[in-house]
Amino acid sequence: MESYMETKHQVRPVDEVIAKYPKSREHLISILQEVQAEYGYLSRDSINMISDYLALPSSKIFGVATFYNQFKMNAPGRIQVSICRGTACHVKGSLNLLDSCRQLLGIEVGQTTKDGLFSLETVACLGCCSIAPAMMVNGQFFGRLDKKKLEYLVDTWRAAGRVEE
Amino acid sequence: MNRIFIGMGTCGLATGAGQVKAAVEKWAAARDMKVQITRTGCIGYCNAEPIMDVVTDDGHRVSYGNVTPEVAGFILDEVLVRKNCKLDGLLGQFVNGAAPLAGIPLIEEHPFFKKQVKYVLRNCGVIDPESIADYRAHGGFKGFERALGMSQGEVIQEVTRSGLRGRGGSGFLTGRKWELALASRNAKKYVICNADEGDPGAFMDRSILEGDTYAVLEGMMTAGYAIGADEGIIYCRAEYPLAIERIKKAIDVLKSEGLLEKPVGPGFLFKLRIKMGAGAFVCGEETALMASVEGRRGMPRPRPPFPSVEGLFQKPTIVNNVETMANVSHIMREGAESFSAMGTQNSKGTKVFALTGKVVNAGLVEVPMGMTLREVVFDIGGGIPGGKAFKAVQIGGPSGGCIPAEHLDITIDYESLKSVGAIMGSGGLVVMDEETCMVDMARYFLSFITSESCGKCIPCREGTQRLFEILDSIVSPYAKMPDEEENLLRFNRVLNMESLAQVIKDTSLCGLGQSAPNPVLSTLRFFRKEYEAHIYDRKCPAHQCKGLLTYTIDTNACTGCTLCAKKCPTSAIVGEKKKTHYIVDEKCIRCGTCQDVCRFSAVSVN
Repeated sequence: MESYMETKHQVRPVDEVIAKYPKSREHLISILQEVQAEYGYLSRDSINMISDYLALPSSKIFGVATFYNQFKMNAPGRIQVSICRGTACHVKGSLNLLDSCRQLLGIEVGQTTKDGLFSLETVACLGCCSIAPAMMVNGQFFGRLDKKKLEYLVDTWRAAGRVEE
Repeated sequence: MNRIFIGMGTCGLATGAGQVKAAVEKWAAARDMKVQITRTGCIGYCNAEPIMDVVTDDGHRVSYGNVTPEVAGFILDEVLVRKNCKLDGLLGQFVNGAAPLAGIPLIEEHPFFKKQVKYVLRNCGVIDPESIADYRAHGGFKGFERALGMSQGEVIQEVTRSGLRGRGGSGFLTGRKWELALASRNAKKYVICNADEGDPGAFMDRSILEGDTYAVLEGMMTAGYAIGADEGIIYCRAEYPLAIERIKKAIDVLKSEGLLEKPVGPGFLFKLRIKMGAGAFVCGEETALMASVEGRRGMPRPRPPFPSVEGLFQKPTIVNNVETMANVSHIMREGAESFSAMGTQNSKGTKVFALTGKVVNAGLVEVPMGMTLREVVFDIGGGIPGGKAFKAVQIGGPSGGCIPAEHLDITIDYESLKSVGAIMGSGGLVVMDEETCMVDMARYFLSFITSESCGKCIPCREGTQRLFEILDSIVSPYAKMPDEEENLLRFNRVLNMESLAQVIKDTSLCGLGQSAPNPVLSTLRFFRKEYEAHIYDRKCPAHQCKGLLTYTIDTNACTGCTLCAKKCPTSAIVGEKKKTHYIVDEKCIRCGTCQDVCRFSAVSVN
């Protein structure tokens, strides 16, 4: 999921990405995952191409893709913020954190900022409950957050235009 | 050459273990010393992460917690150059066979570890999970080799004798499940390891996969041999990138060592692959999981037929949880008695819990079955931070229940937890203090369930939605329901809340739906007063339900500094400079910013 965010790399065409998989429905989810890793989301065109490849109606593919939380149908921002909404994070105030984040970025959950820099999501549980409240940004984990720490992080990323390693 | 161990599980990395590793490398380069850095998994004491262990010149391994990049160099200076191990953040030394260092406590004696029994977690945070040699040095694959020398029936008997029950939540006897699969004459069988740990508030499986990858794979191979399967699949959540990476590496190593995809022992041929989940909670249910592996929407189907008879691609399949699989490798190596000696009459062995929430020592704990909850929360967990009062502990995630203070002395085993309306579940233990609102908690779990319900059966799809709406109306201000009719409707719904919960429980298709109302039922059972305060007094005693809060500024304490008015995101605070300010209730969104910024504690909430 991290590969396409390393901006400069050449995006492979969809048929090249999926060619290594056997033409069987069993591999549908893996195919969708790999296409999303390449493009950041599943476009209508890529779903149609997968449909041709697997000889499966695109409605079925759409049905599978919308069932799972992981798949996105719209292009996400360059910095994807996922706030954890697990139990431990909830008890430690992740709802307030989410509110602060919405205010800071000026977008709602599931949206992308106009400049395409940030997108905001929630995730059921990151499994980092011991360092709650936590969030994941472009595959990196951040824990023990509060409003101030979040403000600082968002400001740095906004200024740099990317997430530092 | 000195060995340095750094806990680099997800929790370690998130708290800066990566920077600590860089600091150690820099330190070594500056002094032209050679150190061997080993990335271990999580030892469980996540609260003290990043954790760094330093092995002294004479082979003693000493562990330090809360290591920052700045402190790392200092610790290395002291331990390796000045030979002084007594430093701040010292957790203790490991037992290594030699006489222990004088004056340094053993790590087993640390309050967090003292009451724990490490059976399945023994290697987590101790060995290098990416090194098969390290795993072998700690007894790895001995159990598998022993199994290969036995007949299939004998292996299953050994597992049955140990009394191991499924650690994923249901508590079905593992050996019994395997027996059913062995009895099937089908030539093609599957072993699935369920690593789709979707319970919010649980991370046992992640830690085991990250910290002791080979143990899980060994368990799967043993299971494969026992039931006569030739293919194993690990279904792992995509949210666990590190675990996935380590499993992939481990499978490659096993292939190159000839343990996979080549006949071993009495002609046993097994292949393993990993399948990434795509973020659906219901896929933790075994029939839904299999649908997902087949590339379909992860929807459960009615049982029977049970997966042991007709599972993945209509072939006999066993589905076991990560912790179960890891336990199998240790049971096969050390014999059934090593496991069955621990625990209670009907619940043998140990259980790993993810202890989190409002507790001092958050982390991963492994305790023998039969220990009381009080010991886990107060002795191991160290109690509630900030001197606050304990309110409840939530066990079993969205399918479980809340256990209040009066039942804290209950023993941990499958049956007694059921008697208080909770379940063992996969092992999430979330501690709550007086500042947690139980109605809000129930509402939180229901909102989770409504978004995760697969939509196949009506009681779960519609029922949980209605139940959520009822709870929502309980915590919402009157202003949201202006006319009388709606208020009556709301009252009517509240009256029917319990019976609705019961219907969902009785009529849902799968375990997710059947247990969905549990958070509501259990909080209603033990915290009815809190519901009543919300419904009759329109007050949230814990000050958590935003809709029921009002922020007011104390006219005497306010100095008119205008800070709150400036910071208020909705400009709901009015007032002139150096004069008392007021909050306009209609505009207030209850974000609490004014209370945070006020330097005179003039803002109060009610």
